[in-house]
Formats: sequence, C-alpha cells, structure tokens
Amino acid sequence: MIKRGLLYRKTLNLAVTAASILTVGLALLFMGWILYTVFDNGFRSFSWAFFTEPTKPYGIPDGGVANAVLGTIFITLGAVVIGVPPGLLGGIYLAEFAKGNKLGHVIRFSANVMMGIPSIIVGLFVYALMVYTTKNFSGLAGSVALSIIMFPVVLRTTEDMLLMVPDALRESALALGAPRWKATISIVCRAAKTGLMTGVLLAVARVSGETAPLLFTALCSDGWPFGYFTQPTSNLTITITEYATNSPFPEMHTRAWGAALIITAAILILNISCRFLFKDSKHGK
Amino acid sequence: MENNENISNIAPGAKNTKISVRNLNFYYGNNQALFDNNIDILEKQVTAIIGPSGCGKSTLLRTFNRIYQLYRDQRADGEIILDGENILDNTVDILELRRKVGMIFQKPTPFPMSVFDNVAYPLKLHFSLSKSEIVDHVEKALRGASLWDEVKDKLKKSGMALSGGQQQRLCIARAIAGEPEVLLMDEPTSAIDPVGTLKVEDLIEELKQKFTIVIVTHNMQQAARISDYTAFYFQGKIIEFGITEKIFTSPANKQTEDYITGRFG
Amino acid sequence: MENSKKQLISPDTADQLFKITTAVCALLAVAVMAGFFIQLSWSSVPAIKTFGLDFLITSEWDPVKNLYGAMPAIAGTLVTTAIAVLIAVPLSFIVAMFLVETAPPALSYTLSHAIDLLAAIPSIIYGMWGLFIFVPFMQNHIQPFLSNTLHLGAIPFFGREYNGFGFLTSGIILAVMILPFICAVMRDVFRMVPPVLKESAFGAGATSLEVTLDITMRYGSRGLLGAIFLGLGRAVGETMAVLFVIGNVQKMPTSLYQAGTTISATLANNFAEAQGVFRSALFELGLILLAISFLIQVLAQFWLNRVSRQMGDK
Repeated sequence: MIKRGLLYRKTLNLAVTAASILTVGLALLFMGWILYTVFDNGFRSFSWAFFTEPTKPYGIPDGGVANAVLGTIFITLGAVVIGVPPGLLGGIYLAEFAKGNKLGHVIRFSANVMMGIPSIIVGLFVYALMVYTTKNFSGLAGSVALSIIMFPVVLRTTEDMLLMVPDALRESALALGAPRWKATISIVCRAAKTGLMTGVLLAVARVSGETAPLLFTALCSDGWPFGYFTQPTSNLTITITEYATNSPFPEMHTRAWGAALIITAAILILNISCRFLFKDSKHGK
Repeated sequence: MENNENISNIAPGAKNTKISVRNLNFYYGNNQALFDNNIDILEKQVTAIIGPSGCGKSTLLRTFNRIYQLYRDQRADGEIILDGENILDNTVDILELRRKVGMIFQKPTPFPMSVFDNVAYPLKLHFSLSKSEIVDHVEKALRGASLWDEVKDKLKKSGMALSGGQQQRLCIARAIAGEPEVLLMDEPTSAIDPVGTLKVEDLIEELKQKFTIVIVTHNMQQAARISDYTAFYFQGKIIEFGITEKIFTSPANKQTEDYITGRFG
Repeated sequence: MENSKKQLISPDTADQLFKITTAVCALLAVAVMAGFFIQLSWSSVPAIKTFGLDFLITSEWDPVKNLYGAMPAIAGTLVTTAIAVLIAVPLSFIVAMFLVETAPPALSYTLSHAIDLLAAIPSIIYGMWGLFIFVPFMQNHIQPFLSNTLHLGAIPFFGREYNGFGFLTSGIILAVMILPFICAVMRDVFRMVPPVLKESAFGAGATSLEVTLDITMRYGSRGLLGAIFLGLGRAVGETMAVLFVIGNVQKMPTSLYQAGTTISATLANNFAEAQGVFRSALFELGLILLAISFLIQVLAQFWLNRVSRQMGDK
C-alpha cells in the first residue's frame, strides 16, 4: 500500500489550529470592543446628578436617570412577584409528579419553545391583553410581559434543581409520615434552596435588560415611577432607546451610555454572583 | 537488578524482542504511577499484564502509542525501544507510530459511521488507495477479525448498531486494517458478554501469527488461557515477569502467588 | 395525647390539592403558548379580511392609502438572519472547538465563563454599540475596503453605495450577538463526546483536525444542528440589535448595503402610532414572526432532545 504524505496532514492540522486561534482572537476582540465602549463611555456620564435626578424632557441638556433606575427596579420586582411563584410551583410539578409522563413531556417541550419566542411577541401579546383592554399603558403591563419571559426559565431551572436532590431524601421524609406536599416544600425545596435562588436570580438578570416587551406596555416617562399600576412608567432600557435614536444631542447620548453601563454592570454582577453562590453551595455539601 | 534478571530468564534468544522498555517512569502530575519499569515484549507472542486495579498496567500500555500525550499533565521518562527506535523520543512521528501500534479499548469504540467506514477509516487516513483497493482491504480486515460473515450484509449499517462483542471485533478489524505490527488491548473483554469474550479470545489466538500483542486483563484465567508471557504488576512496579505457565504454576514471588491464588486484589 | 390539631382537610385531600395546584401552574406554559397564537390570530382578523393572502406577497407599504404588504419585512428578516447565521455558525464552531479541544484547561475555563457572561448582555447594548461605533466603522473602513480595494461592488446584490447602515451591518451585529449563545451550546455538545472515542481515533493515528471532523462533528451532529437552530431563533426575532442599524425603510432587499427593515423592527417602529387596519396588519406580522420562531424552536428542541436521548442510551 502506498503511504499518504504525513507532512500534508500535519501541515493542514497546524494551519487549522493557527486559524482557530486567530478566530478566537477575533471573536474576543469584538466582545472586548463592545464591553470597552460601554464602560468607557458609560463612566464619563457618571455623576452625582446622574444617579439622583430624574430624566428631563426632550432637549434639556442636564438631568439624570434616577427615575428610570427606580422604574426598572419596580417593573422587574413586579415581574418576580407575578412570574416566580407559578414558575416554582410548576417546576415542582415537573420534578415531583411528572417524571416521564406524557403531560410532563408536553409541558417541558412547550416551556423550552417558549424560551425561544421573540420578546417583542410577548410585548404584542400583553398589549392586546392588558393595554388595549384597559386603555392604559402601565408599569404593571411591563411586569406582566417580563414575567411571561421569566416563567419558563424559572420553571425549567426549578425542575433541574429539584431533580438533583437525591431520592433517598424524599423517601426518608415520607417515611417519617410527612404528607407529600410538606415533604416537598420543607425538605426537597429546602435542600435545593441555593439552586432555586440561582435560577430566580438568573431569570431576573435575563429580563432586566429587555427592551422590546416594554415598548408596547410600560412605555416610558420623565416622571418618577409612582403611577406604576396605571401610567407609563420610566425605565432604563426604553430611556436608552429614546436617547440614542431620537436625539441629536451628545449629552443625551452620553446619558444613554451611562444607562447602558448601569444595566450591563448589574447583569454581569448578578450572573457572576449566581455562579459563586451556586458553586459554594455545591462545595459545601 | 531483579527486573533485568527476569528478562534474561525469559529471553532465550530464540525469538526477537519487539519492544524493550528501559527504566520507564510515568507521572500523572506529581504522582508517580510507574517506577523504573524494565520489560521485553517478544515478537508475535501474546504478553499479558495482570495486577490489581490501579497498579499501572493500563498506564504501561498507554505509553506504547503515546496516547497519554493527549493529557497535559501526564509524562513519561526512560526508553521504549520499538524496532530499535526510542518511541518516547519526540523525533519519532506520532501518527506513524500509532499506525504501527494499534489499540483496542475496554469499551468497544465504534466510530459514529457505518461498519464499512469504520474499518476504512485508518486506510483512508494513512494510505492513498483506490475505491476498489479499499473495499478489498476492508474485507480482508473484517475476515481477519472473524467478523466478515456476520456483517457482510450490513456494511452500510451504523457500527453502533452491532452487538457488544461484534463491536469489539469491529474495533479489532479497524485496528488491523492499517497493517500495524503491534496490538495493544486494554481489558478488551471486560465490557462484553461471555460468548463475545470467547470469540475475542479465539481471535487473539489467531492474530498472534501476525501481530505482537500486549493485553491488559484482570481476568487471570484469561491471561492463563491466551498469553505466552505474563507480567505481574503491583503499585507501578513489575513484580514478576516470565513464561505464563511458570508464573501461574510456580511463581517465584510471594506477592504474585498471593494475587494469583486470589488472596488479594 | 389526643390529636389536638383540628384537621380542616384530610392529608390525602391536601396532597391532591397540592398536586393540582402545581399542575395548573406548569400547564401555564402550554396555556401561554396557545394564548400567543390565539391572541395574535384574533387581532389579525381585520387585516386578513382586508388583504387576504396578498399581504404576504406584496411589498407596498403606505399608511396614507392604508395599504400594507409584509414582503419587505419578511425578506429583510430572512436576509439579516441568513447573514448572521452564516457568520456566527462557523465562528462559534471554531471557538467551541478551541475551548474543548485545543485550549489548556485553565484558559478554556476562563474563556468559557467569559462567553457565558457575554451571552447574558442585553441586546440593546449590541444595538447601541452598533449605532454609535460599528456603523461609522463600517462606513469609514470596512465598506470602503470591500468596495474600493476588493471591488466587490461588481458582484450582483453586493451594493455600491453605502452609509454604514443596512442589511450587512445588521447581520454582522446579530452575528456578534448570537455567537456566544451558539458557542455555549456547541461547547456542551462537544463535551458530551466520550473521551474514549476520541482516544480511539487518536490511537488510529488521526491528527486533532481529523478527530474533530470525523468523530466529534459526526457524533455531535444533531446537537450542532440544535445549536444552529437556537441561534437562528435568536436572530430571527431580535429587535433592539437590529432596530438601530437597519435603516428602517419598507423596501425589498436588493443589495447588502441597502437599508431595509425586519418584522420586529417594523413592529417596534410603527406600533405606537398605528390604528385600525394598520394595527391589525402589524399583529399579522407578529403572527408570522411567531409562527416562524415557533417552527425553529420546535426543530431545535427536536434535534437537541434526540441528542440527549442518544447520550442517555450509552
């Protein structure tokens, strides 16, 4: 048999390895570029007034984003209150009562699909459901939209976390005579506590930077977000959109970068702390 | 040295030495796994390596084709002379070495492709052959692994669809397709059923006409049945090495005797 | 000691109630999914009645005459998504490969976490970066290079006149956005390939490139397909990263440099002031987007489920 040239195979291998390192470098470069831009421009806008004053009407050069920060917190917390409890309970159903049954399979599939539905569709849906019927844009409608995005995330992480709890623990709680619901909540969920918290925090991180679902629901305003239940509510992401696209003023662009940095930093911190939280709990056991 | 004595005991010069290991040490990070190993593997003989798990027998095997180099923290020093060349030397071509030294793993490892493509894989890697030549060599390799009659009608089927024993013989066919000289077998029957095991053992008997075989096994009956020479490993050292019959009937070393009679391990 | 607690409901009933409550919550996943379709279909009825199937195949967009065609938005969505996927898939494949096969463990660990973090950055940040940084960069460096230095303008559909905005820019930004996402899924797929299988291929004398192409890629092919579909799903419905840089005009795409629109950008731009049939037409666009992404997600889940089942058998 005639041997194939080893040199060719090895050179090709080396060339591809070199190309892959270059590609990784390119990808990292783009990502570094984006983060650098956000941090660099964002820090320039930071000042006392930026964090304490509300947004001002169009064209006024000074002002802060304090109302938008507060509004984003309101809307996100509202989403947690609406979306997390059904997510947790539904996750309990999948992990405890629906292992391998058909209904569980359908629900799981549906939740996975739901996670990939564009967020702007959720905005349309909530608009038709709440804004059109009540004739009011409101922070609450924004919360509902975000809660719909959170729900499948919480549902699936809850299931995963509960499945990691060993069956022996379930059985020993039931063997003591505890009813199923009590055993589940006080023993199984407690054992998976950090995991569940991580899931919720990650879901919060995921929705707090959303813009599209708020476009048709919470809208935006220059006031403080105290009309949360009935009026358009200020928030960071729509403020960024407004300032970046509808304004020729560089001051407003700078403030948009500042707002972008707040959002980015908050999400990065949430994600990193989740990682540490979850890792510690695993090592602790 | 004790080890060298062993070698001289069993190397009467009638057969050629294929691989000779000299002062081999092996490390996983900071843990030393092999200590100053010396052993001669004779050509076209079956050499069995036995010993309790974790004693380093698989480690030894994994130095013969330098597969350990996939992992950064593993390293070897000493000499492994294959046909007069020290294969631990970095000037030795690793791809060519691995063609020359085939390996069979504990679990069957059919590649995610058809039976035919599995066997053709090393052929396509290492040789430039026409289509019909490949077909011929695949058939030859499958016959060589006594698998041809069982799979000739399902060459296009996935290799993963065969039974465990057939998968292992497929892997043997694949290993011999590239016309190697040495076959390394790492507990090749521990994951397959007794009937499959028997077939593989018969096959090894035939294969030694053409190949030098080194087999790691923790099944002592198997070592006794199929090997010509046996090395007993314990804690990274070669405790005893010699003709299989002698090792199993009148071992010189107390530890060997204890292990063989099942007193430990 | 007598049982002093008065039981309002028996333990069995309590357990039953608990199970039903949790089941109802879980079923919300199905209910909301169905709700999307029902609500959007319902709101689309006036537009469907007015335009019929013509809506899908006309490209006129005139709020004054109240005439709307979905073609530019649908075509724009497909073009930007295609560009994004064409760029992001090979890049994420290579990066994932590097992380799993080539990089030393410490580097791989750090980079993996960095990429996971990047996947968490909200899309509006990408949009903003696109608008302020990347559009001028395209206009001043990349497009002149492509057109004047490489003379790619001679290729049909490439485009000669440029201002930084348009389909190509949108596609590139989308690609950067979905890259960490696809990469994370691909990385997980690669990690599922049993090490002994790779060892076996290396043992046969294959180079690492050959192991990747012949073993890893084949073994993980379904998972890779799933990862691509997940990325596709992200790109197809993305609003903010595209809205800022697409140009937002209702025109059929004829070249890469041209400004245009996508379904989500059309929705974001027009929904606030739309009334009557216009609003209904936008709902119908939303319904089309929902149907497209639903299909993509179902396919993604289908392939990914098959992988985990295949791995489960082992």
